[in-house]
Amino acid sequence: MLLNSLILKRHGLALVAIKRAMPRMLAPLLMFALMAFNINASALTNEEKVGLATGENESRMAVLDQVVAKGDVDALPFLKLIIDDAIKIQGKDVVIVGDDATTDALTGKEVTLSDDAEDIVNNNRMGSELDASVAALNLLSKDAKVRLESAKALQGTEANASRLSLIQKVEETETDDKVKDMLALVRASIQLTSEDKAMRLAAAETLAASANSGIKQMLSTRLAEGGETDPEVKTAIQDALKNIDRNLAMYERIGQMFTGISLGSILLLAALGLAVTYGLMGVINMAHGEMMMIGAYVTFLVQNFFLHYMPSYFQWYLLAAVPAAFVITGLVGIVLEKTVLRFLYGRPLETLLATWGVSLILMQAVRTIFGAQNVSVENPAWMSGGIEVAANLVLPYNRIFIIAFAVMVLVMIWLMLTKTRLGLFIRAVTQNRGMASCTGVNTSKVDALAFGLGSGIAGLAGVALSQIGNVGPALGQSYIVDSFMVVVVGGVGQLAGAVYAAMGVGILSKFLEGMAGAVLAKIFILVIVIIFIQKRPQGLFAFKGRSID
Amino acid sequence: MHQQFPQPKLIRRIYSEKAWGALAIAIAVICVLFPVLNLLVPADSILHLSDYTVALTGKILCYAIVALAIDLVWGYTGILSLGHGVFFALGGYAFGMYLMRQIGTDGSYHSNLPDFMVFLDWKTYPWYWQMTDHFWYAILLVIMVPGVLAFIFGYFAFRSRIKGVYFSIITQAMTYAFMLLFFRNETGFGGNNGFTDFKRLLDIPITTPQMRMALFVITGVTMLALLLVSRAIVTSKFGRVLTAIRDAESRVMFSGYNPLHYKLTIWTFSAIVCGIAGALYVPQVGIINPSEMSPGNSIEIAIWAAVGGRGTLIGPLVGAGIVNGAKSYFTEAFPEYWLYFLGLLFVLATLYLPQGVLGLIDKIKAKKQAAKSSPEIQSSSELKLNSELKLSSDAEAGVENEAGKA
Repeated sequence: MLLNSLILKRHGLALVAIKRAMPRMLAPLLMFALMAFNINASALTNEEKVGLATGENESRMAVLDQVVAKGDVDALPFLKLIIDDAIKIQGKDVVIVGDDATTDALTGKEVTLSDDAEDIVNNNRMGSELDASVAALNLLSKDAKVRLESAKALQGTEANASRLSLIQKVEETETDDKVKDMLALVRASIQLTSEDKAMRLAAAETLAASANSGIKQMLSTRLAEGGETDPEVKTAIQDALKNIDRNLAMYERIGQMFTGISLGSILLLAALGLAVTYGLMGVINMAHGEMMMIGAYVTFLVQNFFLHYMPSYFQWYLLAAVPAAFVITGLVGIVLEKTVLRFLYGRPLETLLATWGVSLILMQAVRTIFGAQNVSVENPAWMSGGIEVAANLVLPYNRIFIIAFAVMVLVMIWLMLTKTRLGLFIRAVTQNRGMASCTGVNTSKVDALAFGLGSGIAGLAGVALSQIGNVGPALGQSYIVDSFMVVVVGGVGQLAGAVYAAMGVGILSKFLEGMAGAVLAKIFILVIVIIFIQKRPQGLFAFKGRSID
Repeated sequence: MHQQFPQPKLIRRIYSEKAWGALAIAIAVICVLFPVLNLLVPADSILHLSDYTVALTGKILCYAIVALAIDLVWGYTGILSLGHGVFFALGGYAFGMYLMRQIGTDGSYHSNLPDFMVFLDWKTYPWYWQMTDHFWYAILLVIMVPGVLAFIFGYFAFRSRIKGVYFSIITQAMTYAFMLLFFRNETGFGGNNGFTDFKRLLDIPITTPQMRMALFVITGVTMLALLLVSRAIVTSKFGRVLTAIRDAESRVMFSGYNPLHYKLTIWTFSAIVCGIAGALYVPQVGIINPSEMSPGNSIEIAIWAAVGGRGTLIGPLVGAGIVNGAKSYFTEAFPEYWLYFLGLLFVLATLYLPQGVLGLIDKIKAKKQAAKSSPEIQSSSELKLNSELKLSSDAEAGVENEAGKA
């Protein structure tokens, strides 16, 4: 590294000299080249081409820097050919090996490729310099996307003063904020090696605003290996390092928060249905996880249906899967209520056991039908990828989808419970079954429909789960304990309780995971829940009443 | 909450003469018949009991002890635990530590440490493994570890009056947490694989037929002894308070009793019984791993008691036998259908056998007796009585329900 920085310094000096000499030396040459070799698409001079292709890596790099400093966009094709190993040296000639013909790079005439043609040997440094130069030249592109990509590619490349002027020029005219910010960082990393102390200080300050572990690495090696001698700049770099650490930690925390919220929304989806049935009927449905599993398998079936019968609409299979999963799991729930649970009201512990039995049967049934292996449910294309907020913080689209989906389901349930007749009945029966019955509410029908609703919501949770994890017979088992915890913490009968509890459990477990690992985090959460229940046995939100059992 | 438990008959003594006789027969079968048929009768004789049968029966006897423990808390006190698997497994692990120490340097790495510790590159035993090479200390651990855990957990749960479904869910979470903990290699209990490959017990090779038979006899005798102790508990005044707590906890409180002490005592005792069952189970089966703590296993324990008949003590023993007998038959003959069967058992037992197999037998007996004595008058009066009972219980259920919801 020490050697490298020395070389860099020498380069810098050499370049300053070249730059000064350029107008005098190069302008006539350039004119000449343009006139004489117009047949070539590239505006590179022959000297430059030969210089780029032959000789020692050192001298080739110097030529490369020269080209970049010029901002010669037309050099791009030739550089790319070098990167692709399509340029060979045949005797003294530089030739381009194409798919069907070999041409002389200088004259553009077709030549025959002889056996003794030599490959150009790019060592690692040359290779990365080439890549960086291509990226730098690409900054001049009109396409904002290309500029963004090249700005990204430039980050973490060796500081090279020859690219500085080009980057500065682009930065001044850049309209896209994201590219501009990135370029500022690249520029600052280069300026950090500058001779000017004030410039170095300013660079350190600019770099302090970043949240990039690559820059952190660069700064700390510069500090550790004595690249910087000035004490003032040294402290500036140290401060910058501290600041970067802080930024990194902040983004990491935001990332944990985000995954926590997304876990929370999954738990919320799983717990909402449970809360409805438990609040209404005092029934803990141990088969709830299996309802989620059925929802996921329905998604799988709908996906296959789309794949076979209307592949052109495959991207939108989820739109069909959501209602299908809701209806099918809802019907399964109603059948379950009508055949088993109806006879067990007032006996909650027995209900627990009976629904556990149902869950075993459903799981085995799925194993018999679909096999014990996981089935594959593909994300639609619009759900892959994510939003890149910072280098260490990417928000995947499927997680965002799940959060949005959970909010949507929550709103729908809230509307259903507060604005519809069935919702009114469900609330009435939850609060006072006897009184509701007296005023003419058909409680057994409400029970069945509410159980169907709860199961249907579980089905929706299954659709969401199929988009982020494996779909297999044991899918529901892994979420069931967590969703019980959410119901227990949240208290029954109120949506707000479920929301707060789900988000709390989700975010807390992600933070604990960051500190102690997944298993210990889970154990901590369970312990915390048990302690919490000591304080509030009825959960966060409970109906106030003066009754005693 | 209103639940269909068998109505207690007034009991003044532990067992009738007839029952004592049956108990004596059971002891004879376990201590004489099994050893003779297995060890003395030649293998080609029809009367010979195979080692497999003995091992299976021994395993089921351990399960029966667990069912007994569950009956004490569920059948008599109305606390449904879905986490008794953890006490069973902890007892097993505690004794397993002793068995691991008995392997000595015969492991595959010939180290003084168990293989899994060598694998983790540990140099010494962690602190909680200290002294586990002493048999009596291991026995103490078998009793203390589940006991202390149950005491602490129960104290906090019962103190804040968590009960019913809430309590069940929390116990399930507890066993789940322990399962996760024991799955970690760093916990120091062999991770996934747990303890296995036992060689000796009290320096006697563990795989000889005599050793196996001795373990079997000890298990059988322990079960019967615990049955007697449990019977003594539930027929005592203490036991009557437990039953009262089950049926109407608030009324018990209003009468000046503190349910906490009663519940906590029986809960801890039940956990210790479970731990003992686990300790007897491990040397007979030869393996203990964290899957014993999975929530599913613990729920299965509850169904043993439900199938046999809760609140009867004998019923759960029968239930454990029926369910596990069926399990070993099904998993061999139709492994595909075992879960269907188990699931149906859960549903049907709760729907149609609220008092279990014993309740069914009682019902059939009562019907026969009624038919024998004057058939017409008896049946009509019984019908009337039944309908009255039903009415009152329905009304009560309604009231209870509302109270629960409001």
